Amino acid sequence: MIRELPPAYKDIEPLIRIERLPTIWCPACGLGIILKLYTKAIVKSGIPPEKHVIVSGIGCTGRMAGYVRVDSYHVTHGRAIPFAVGIKMAKPWLTVTVISGDGDIASIGGNHLIHAARRNHDITVIVVNNYIYGMTGGQSSPTTPSGSKTMTSPYGHIEEPFNIPYLAYAAGASYIARWTVFHDIQLLNSILKAFRTKGFSVIEVLNPCTVFSYRNNIDMLELIRYFRTRAIVKRDVKFEDLRIEFGKPIIIGEFLHRTDKPSFEEKYLELKKKIGGG
Amino acid sequence: MSKLLKPGTYFLEGNIACAEAALLAGCRFYAGYPITPSSELMHHMARRMPEVGGVFIQGEDEIASIMMALGGSAAGLKSMTATSGPGLSLMQESIGLAAMLELPVVIVDIQRAGPSTGIPTLMGQGDIMQAKWGSHGDYEVVAYLPSTPQELFDITIEAFNTAEEYRVPVIVLADKIIGQMYGRIKVPDHSEIKLIERKKPAIPPEKYMEYLPYDSRELIPPFAAAGDGYRIHMTGLMHDDRGYPNLSQEASWKLVTRLVRKIRENARKIAKWGEHWIDDAEYLIVAYGSVSGPVRYAIKKAREEGYKVGLFRPLTAWPFPGWRIKELDNSGVIKKFIVIEVNMGQIYHVVREYVRNAEVIHVPGAPGYLPEPQRILSYIKKFCR
Amino acid sequence: MVLTLSVLKSKSKYRPIFYPELCKGCGICIDVCPVKMLEFSPEFNEKGYHYPRIKDGMEDRCIGCRLCERYCPDLAVYVEVKKE
Repeated sequence: MIRELPPAYKDIEPLIRIERLPTIWCPACGLGIILKLYTKAIVKSGIPPEKHVIVSGIGCTGRMAGYVRVDSYHVTHGRAIPFAVGIKMAKPWLTVTVISGDGDIASIGGNHLIHAARRNHDITVIVVNNYIYGMTGGQSSPTTPSGSKTMTSPYGHIEEPFNIPYLAYAAGASYIARWTVFHDIQLLNSILKAFRTKGFSVIEVLNPCTVFSYRNNIDMLELIRYFRTRAIVKRDVKFEDLRIEFGKPIIIGEFLHRTDKPSFEEKYLELKKKIGGG
Repeated sequence: MSKLLKPGTYFLEGNIACAEAALLAGCRFYAGYPITPSSELMHHMARRMPEVGGVFIQGEDEIASIMMALGGSAAGLKSMTATSGPGLSLMQESIGLAAMLELPVVIVDIQRAGPSTGIPTLMGQGDIMQAKWGSHGDYEVVAYLPSTPQELFDITIEAFNTAEEYRVPVIVLADKIIGQMYGRIKVPDHSEIKLIERKKPAIPPEKYMEYLPYDSRELIPPFAAAGDGYRIHMTGLMHDDRGYPNLSQEASWKLVTRLVRKIRENARKIAKWGEHWIDDAEYLIVAYGSVSGPVRYAIKKAREEGYKVGLFRPLTAWPFPGWRIKELDNSGVIKKFIVIEVNMGQIYHVVREYVRNAEVIHVPGAPGYLPEPQRILSYIKKFCR
Repeated sequence: MVLTLSVLKSKSKYRPIFYPELCKGCGICIDVCPVKMLEFSPEFNEKGYHYPRIKDGMEDRCIGCRLCERYCPDLAVYVEVKKE
């Protein structure tokens, strides 16, 4: 049984349920890096851990809640966002973060994503995009790039994927960023910024997946190198140009940060005050 | 408290009475989605929640609504949603989650004629089985069967208490007639309204690591809300006493048996029913909800003509007071149980489960339509000989 | 950056330290190390994974970039900074 972590992790150790390590994630999966970054962000946020809540859905990323030592909820497939919204509305002083996968958030949870963005709920949604449904063996997801092979697209995927930043933008989000899991410093800063943003924050994290690599006959370390080296950081970019295409460079960066839109919780609080419910 | 309905007598629509009862019971989180014939309840909540300092939100669909209510409950608020048959069907997976996470929540189902879109504006009694078996796997819920607006009012308060006490989803199976008719509602003195809160952990957050959140020797674990500092973990996966995912046979047995025993071992405390004209009854009609109205009228008329017929009126569908049915059956006095419901046979099967001696007759009804008193009288005359 | 012979001969103040029981043998640290000083050990941990070790003779090569530490998903390696 794991009893302690290397000294470099002393600050995040109290925030990780180390009695449950090693994690169930595949060797080389970047979810472990996200675990480190999210807990680091909690430490650096200045918000006490008792005020942080994590909600995750079903899938590999969904297991994230089980490893973080804050109030953590591992709910049903696609429904992390409304559950998180419920917690936030009941206790608006809590910092509520959803960490879930591309299938969970953009497929079955797609409707909840766009409405939560529309209402501008003050929560952070970290969408870990591995382009596939990894946990269940490798089916296509709404972010699977055209042409790639999955268990449900064995001849090459004939669908076009979602452009998640564009979707979030159209729906009304306040903060939108996309990084790969290897752009750890930028990702950490984005999570911190999302915590501070009063409104709906969406951070898409591109994560190489062993199941995806296997289905597409790519060596996993090769896929990792592709993510690290073929991702280009761009600042002024049109949302339409953020599509992900197999073989082309991936555009990452911070794409939107609005501070002019009040969050749903702010507006509801105002309404309550006005009507007399304090 | 001054913002709540003052003690007295009112003339209210059932849906409104239900909403006011919820507020009196301490409900401060409502998430819902419009569906005939429950929408008035939601409209009322939209207006009242900001007044009492609670949370109101219209979700994008029923699934969002129930999940938001569960989030509110996880954060410690008494939470509620209201819907009808089709919405309850959509909510089933989330009801299973509520049972698994042991989150108190009240779901009001103003039943309408089904299946599917059915007749949205007419009553139904088709969700009885759905309330118990709607989600996958083994779990127990509590489901109430009010039959008048006053009963809907009283039962809603009780529903919150039951949800809090047993950490269980509670479904109030009303129907369109009870929900949308006006009735006299007596609101008691607020001091007379007994409220139950969920059990809190006995130990402070710092001692959490030594504590077993779900000590399976206790049927109902204490509840730590989000933001209370306990840093709990809740998962829909099979879990052990620590709340962590544990897929072993031992964990599976311990958890699932506890989830069902919570209710089954307290069935006699939770179940409610009414017995009318039982003393000399040789024939017993089993009816519930708005059907008990015309049934009562028919029984009155039948008794005037000498028929020894009584009424057994379950007020909880689940747990069903089967032991009382069995007792009445074993007494040898009751010759026939006549189950009259507006569906193709739901409580009928449950009654059959408990009756060995008497005959059980099934009187189904076209969804949407209350059986008329005259027709019920003719059944009594036909069967009670 | 030009690596002079004197730099190559000096004793580094950085050294990666591994926690074998946490390792899943993914090989990211080995692949990402810019001075290529890591390799898989023939030993394996309780789970059956081969964990990394510093290549023979390269103990002082670490430049302290900490990419191995940053990119290890399993918190199984950290870079020790020796204090003089």
